[in-house]
Amino acid sequence: MRFLTDRKRAQGLGSGRTGTHHHWKMMISSAVLVVLVPLFVFTFGTALGRDYEAVLAFFARPFPAILTALTAVVVILHCKSEADEAIIDYVHGTPGKLLIVAVGALSYTLIAAALFALVKLAL
Amino acid sequence: MADVNRGNRPLSPFMIGTYYRPQMTSISSIMVRITGIATLGTAFLVVCWLLAAATSPDAFAVVDGLLRSFVGDILMLCATWAIWYHMLGRLRHVIWDLGYLVELDVSQKMGWGMFIGATVLTIITVLVV
Repeated sequence: MRFLTDRKRAQGLGSGRTGTHHHWKMMISSAVLVVLVPLFVFTFGTALGRDYEAVLAFFARPFPAILTALTAVVVILHCKSEADEAIIDYVHGTPGKLLIVAVGALSYTLIAAALFALVKLAL
Repeated sequence: MADVNRGNRPLSPFMIGTYYRPQMTSISSIMVRITGIATLGTAFLVVCWLLAAATSPDAFAVVDGLLRSFVGDILMLCATWAIWYHMLGRLRHVIWDLGYLVELDVSQKMGWGMFIGATVLTIITVLVV
């Protein structure tokens, strides 16, 4: 009989040496997408098309501001993981590593910019 | 032990090309990845729009004008389809991961469901918004 649990045997394995962590994170954010995407698409859809003053007033309300902030963090990090996976699959060596850094830089910059914009719009 | 045969090993054939005939399961899976990466591009546009709104009326007029132009409309339509498709595709992964609906014929039906579902949701979005 083995005294190791299934989880312990998987930990640290995989080509990324991080076991099932990436997969598990993707599953969680995938489930969260099912809630966030419909809410965000219809919320952003009603915001786009308004004039400047109305957009400012719209994002000063708690629901659109909080929802957009959540979506910015969750969806951008999800898509970053999606892009990372594709890079790991198809781009190897130094270009692959640099691309992963670039995608990370872009993703976190987008998140920071979105949060800054929302704070400025909301306050 | 050193791999003496490095670089000269048989490789598994790439999914796209003459090696495999197109299958609903593979195409619908590839589209999940493409739409996921495309959504990162959508995020860029949306963040630009938010940042412009937070900056000044002039900046907002420029970015808002771009997003609401004819090209912008087409882009946002594609972006909407992509994010819906990606959401449905990822939902399929969650369902599979929980151990359900992994049979081939059901998986193929779910693939069709993703294409049709994303299109229907996009039409609803256009009608509602």
